Amino acid sequence: MDQLGTRRLTIVTGHYGVGKTEFAVNLALAMAAEGPGVMLADLDIVNPYFRSRERKPLLEAAGVRVISSSQACSDADVPALPAEVLTLLEDRGIRGIIDAGGDPAGARVLARFRPKIVQEDYQMLYVLNANRPEVRSPESAVNCLRSIEAVTGLTCTGLVNNTHLCGETTPEEVRKGAALMEEVSRQTGIPALCHMAEAHFLEALADLPVFPIEIHMKKPWEAGRGTALSAPL
Amino acid sequence: MAKELWKGNEAIAEAAIRAGCDCFFGYPITPQSEVPEYMSVHLPAAGGVFVQSESEIAAVNMVYGAAGSGMRAMTSSSSPGISLKQEGITYLAASELPCVIVNCMRGGPGLGTIQPGQGDYFQATRGGGNGDYRTLVLAPFDIQETVDFVQEAFDIADQYRNPVMVVCDGLIGQMMEPIEWRPIPKRDLPPKDWAASGRRGRARHNVINSLYLDPESCEELNQRLTVKYAEMEEKETRWSAVNCEDAELIITAYGTPARIALSAIEELRAGGLKAGLFRPITLWPFPEAPLHELAGSGQVKVILDVEMSSTGQMLDDVRLAVEGQKPIRYLGHAGGVMPTVEEMADAAWTAWKEVQQHGGHL
Repeated sequence: MDQLGTRRLTIVTGHYGVGKTEFAVNLALAMAAEGPGVMLADLDIVNPYFRSRERKPLLEAAGVRVISSSQACSDADVPALPAEVLTLLEDRGIRGIIDAGGDPAGARVLARFRPKIVQEDYQMLYVLNANRPEVRSPESAVNCLRSIEAVTGLTCTGLVNNTHLCGETTPEEVRKGAALMEEVSRQTGIPALCHMAEAHFLEALADLPVFPIEIHMKKPWEAGRGTALSAPL
Repeated sequence: MAKELWKGNEAIAEAAIRAGCDCFFGYPITPQSEVPEYMSVHLPAAGGVFVQSESEIAAVNMVYGAAGSGMRAMTSSSSPGISLKQEGITYLAASELPCVIVNCMRGGPGLGTIQPGQGDYFQATRGGGNGDYRTLVLAPFDIQETVDFVQEAFDIADQYRNPVMVVCDGLIGQMMEPIEWRPIPKRDLPPKDWAASGRRGRARHNVINSLYLDPESCEELNQRLTVKYAEMEEKETRWSAVNCEDAELIITAYGTPARIALSAIEELRAGGLKAGLFRPITLWPFPEAPLHELAGSGQVKVILDVEMSSTGQMLDDVRLAVEGQKPIRYLGHAGGVMPTVEEMADAAWTAWKEVQQHGGHL
């Protein structure tokens, strides 16, 4: 968290399905725990499901203001951006997180805001996941990173490892991602910031800088959706 | 082999490429657009042909042409797009052309929503096209099954010279899960000596056709197809039964609701109701005999069918299979809304209490 929350704006990018939204949601909650004025902008105009706006009630309860690309209908795939995004960019009293869509295609929307972003104290993070087949090699991960930089006109300032296998994640999986991140960092000169892992992995990964997360982007059958039913016979 | 993290739609495309798909023809529609997107990048790299057609109708007719010349051909879409393909599908079935069609179902009717749905069960199992034909319909409920079934679908299609559909709902297309690439069962596939791919020294050229002006010839085709469909029913019917051995309440569901049902069953059993899941894996052929037998067993008191459909569609097949042996209740959501674990468990308790009060009668 020390390395992650110091800039006023944090832009989260990466390949489809690496876990950008899970990271953005957890980062927003961690920042909100430190103080008010946190805002999360869901600018994913590419993905129709599993978007951070789905966790709006949870985030708002924690004091995070959430804005998304289609306020009126969170289930649409309308490529429209709300004017409210400007609040996050212009109000320097706000600590903002921008959850961009996957790949260069999803991140392209950031280009429009580049002139404003570069005037701010910002960081653009690139999330890595060594289990995603299209970005598991250092070459493909760097290619994706450079393409995102090219379409956004912004420079990545830090790497985050989110290598996992959903419920089958082990510390070894996180370490596999750590090796990928190290190599990407070596090739690009971009600092490796941290590894995302659920809190119960902290001990096994004590030698690594871990950003402890809770899984919020759940599937409809996964535990923790609500209270369990208890109906007596 | 190490597990990898795949998004459903990308996995469908990769599975097809690994199965030797030669040609993909498609048109974007949410929530399946990652299939053509992935294909557009990776299929040409694997030596295949990708065409983004001008419409869904064009795509399915391109499949007809490619399959007719012996290629492994595929198209995919989501509900409204699959509606547009129906004419092509009946032509493919009539001309006995193997192909794979993926429907990543969304909420309907009409344009509906882009969220998950299962309102295309009738369309898939009864045929939205004209005439007496069947498509074999595989319904995976996780990404591992999805990649296995897409690969098998090409073999099944070739074995029977028939279109095979893989239906998943939007959630399966959009979600991420760990999978491994494992070998699929080997089938003894006949040579494609019927393909219109050049005369190759034969006395006559092959013709791909679904028009018969002579009624006797057309009935002969129908009889041949009927025999083929009976063989598919005999050899290809698949289902899964979880915790059914001692179950007093059976949930019937496929796709995402079946995943949700597994969690509901855990909660029900923790609360003292012995519940089980009967999951058709082939929607056609429907596993009629095993469900009939299960419903007939003494301990089963009631069946709860759950679908992402407002009216209930698989419900008809469940009723035909159960044949009135036990009462059947229904829980349905439509328009892109998914049932929750809690309401499925609630519906099970309600069904259970009703049959207790009425002594098990309908």
